[in-house]
Amino acid sequence: MSDKIPVTVLTGYLGAGKTTLLNRILSEPHGKKYAVIVNEFGEIGIDNDLVVGADEEVFEMNNGCICCTVRGDLIRILDGLLKRRGRFDGILVETTGLADPAPVAQTFFLDDTVGGRTALDAVVTVADAKWLKERLKDAPEAKNQIGFADIIVLNKTDLVTPEELDDVELRIRAINPYAKVHRTERCDVPIQSLLGQGAFDLQRILAIEPEFLAGDHGRDHDHHGVHAGGHHHDNGGRKHYHDEDMQSLSLRSDKPLDAEKFLPWISDLVAAEGPKILRCKGILSFKDDPQRFVLQGVHMVLDGDHQRDWKPEEKRESRLVFIGRELDAAAIEQAFLACVA
Amino acid sequence: MPVEIASLESTVRAIEAGSHVVAIHFVGERAALATGEGEILIAGGSEALIKAHKGAILAATGDGKRIFTAGDDGKLVATDIEGETETLADCGGQWIDQLALGPAGAIAWSAGKTAFVRAGKGERNLQVPSTVGGLAFAPKGLRLAIAHYNGATLWFPNADAKPETLAWKGSHLGALFSPDGRFLITTMQEPSLHGWRLSDGQHMRMSGYPTRVRSLSFTADEEWLATSGAPEVILWSFRTRDGPMGKEPFLLAPGAKDTRVSAVACHPQQALLAAGYSDGTVILVRLADAAEVLVSRPSGAPVSALAWRGDGKQLAFGTEAGKAGLLPL
Repeated sequence: MSDKIPVTVLTGYLGAGKTTLLNRILSEPHGKKYAVIVNEFGEIGIDNDLVVGADEEVFEMNNGCICCTVRGDLIRILDGLLKRRGRFDGILVETTGLADPAPVAQTFFLDDTVGGRTALDAVVTVADAKWLKERLKDAPEAKNQIGFADIIVLNKTDLVTPEELDDVELRIRAINPYAKVHRTERCDVPIQSLLGQGAFDLQRILAIEPEFLAGDHGRDHDHHGVHAGGHHHDNGGRKHYHDEDMQSLSLRSDKPLDAEKFLPWISDLVAAEGPKILRCKGILSFKDDPQRFVLQGVHMVLDGDHQRDWKPEEKRESRLVFIGRELDAAAIEQAFLACVA
Repeated sequence: MPVEIASLESTVRAIEAGSHVVAIHFVGERAALATGEGEILIAGGSEALIKAHKGAILAATGDGKRIFTAGDDGKLVATDIEGETETLADCGGQWIDQLALGPAGAIAWSAGKTAFVRAGKGERNLQVPSTVGGLAFAPKGLRLAIAHYNGATLWFPNADAKPETLAWKGSHLGALFSPDGRFLITTMQEPSLHGWRLSDGQHMRMSGYPTRVRSLSFTADEEWLATSGAPEVILWSFRTRDGPMGKEPFLLAPGAKDTRVSAVACHPQQALLAAGYSDGTVILVRLADAAEVLVSRPSGAPVSALAWRGDGKQLAFGTEAGKAGLLPL
């Protein structure tokens, strides 16, 4: 794992501040060198011979699965960059403002060369604090980028009031309660909190807990059974949004699961519902299995493995979360609970 | 691989290429190694190191006299045995990542969606619907195959006829004609090969690989296509007019546990092939009886280049970590 080159994907709707963030990462003295794959030359203010222009060619895999898409240009460019692998510490991939992050992420799961030599580190989405709410209404791409993110840089906070800022963060949470949100003015977020996150690394999935609004400590967030993001409207009188279109779904069980039931079920679920599932992540406790089983998925692509032994003091609990569109929460919960051993 | 096999290791002359060996082509008697640092190392006899490109070399080919290299600096450069270089094309920084040599000194290269052909004094270009994945000249006549998303385009650069499209869903990344010119084979993003019989467009699917196929080589008698991508060398029969259709492939030389064949190169005259593996092993395999001879033991990094000298008396190999060697036979 350690010799794999980490790749960070930067997404964000047009004008949110992606290029500002990219220029910051490239110009700050963090002692690391990055190769950068950009969708448009000329916007990068840094002279770097490792800046490569990309065409965003999304290719369907010829395997009968409509959402199994990869970025053909990315495979080609990463192949080329890997010939000079000693020259850089990591790779940044900037996508266009209208891009769906899924094909980029799936490229790391579906191409053996890319997946064998590089590791998707995290999807970082830059969001415009002033305009995001509008974009969530009219731009499905913007919503995908929020739903997909591991880290959200909520930028241009100086253009809104504190109340508006809290409100936009609640909107984000209604879609994706699991991403880390950083509030920034000119993308002034510590670089080390964006890079080297290992968000797609199975070995680094430690917990799956929703993130709450900054400064909102001590709130009771003990969910029981199913929590479909936004369905709770009684959080201490707080405003809580429900996104009509995209939700998260959190399942948990204190009782060990039967791997023989669970694994076929989750495989069938992503095969059937894959187009609606943006991301899923799980930490699972199987019956008669001393090890934690972790899994991670993008649409129909699923990756899972034993991670480590459960620690004696650790609560043996299974957690599974989904972010997606029109998820049938009740049916998924019922099927999940039927996997209890 | 058997624990004890014959070994030619002691006759190998080790070469330190310093960085990823992208390709090897012989120029005259000597091997030219193209590297990820844009250098060409001419080995065999006294060594010479030529800085041909500013960035990485992405593709290379050779005609026995010169090595042609394309790089991420957007240049196409020819280098001879004396180390003299000539820049043949400059795409202004856009990566040139595919190259092919054709009959009578014709050369083709591509940058993005555009394929270029230079034959004699003329240069022409053709744009295809998506980025060029592979280029190959037919063995006879000036005809270029261009692999891309959802198929391949066959183009006669000297004719005004509309290019012909061979359609097959998926991303096609490499192209190769059978030596008799009857078949076009492409490597795909999926771990499989696709082929067309050109006389009637009949499809051939060659699948079952665990990983993407990156290296292809026809045997000297032109009857078998040897391929990488699996734990063994996979050979498809092209002996009959149907090619490999309906036939099981032939498997040779399984590597050590969890390794894959990463490069293959058939001897230019004899029924013998060289295979390189993802752990750095290089062996020779005799086709008649599958007898193996060790050339280089595992060194960690995958074998990325294998080449025979035209007279078949030398084999050159190189790995992604820059370890290389020359084996005289």
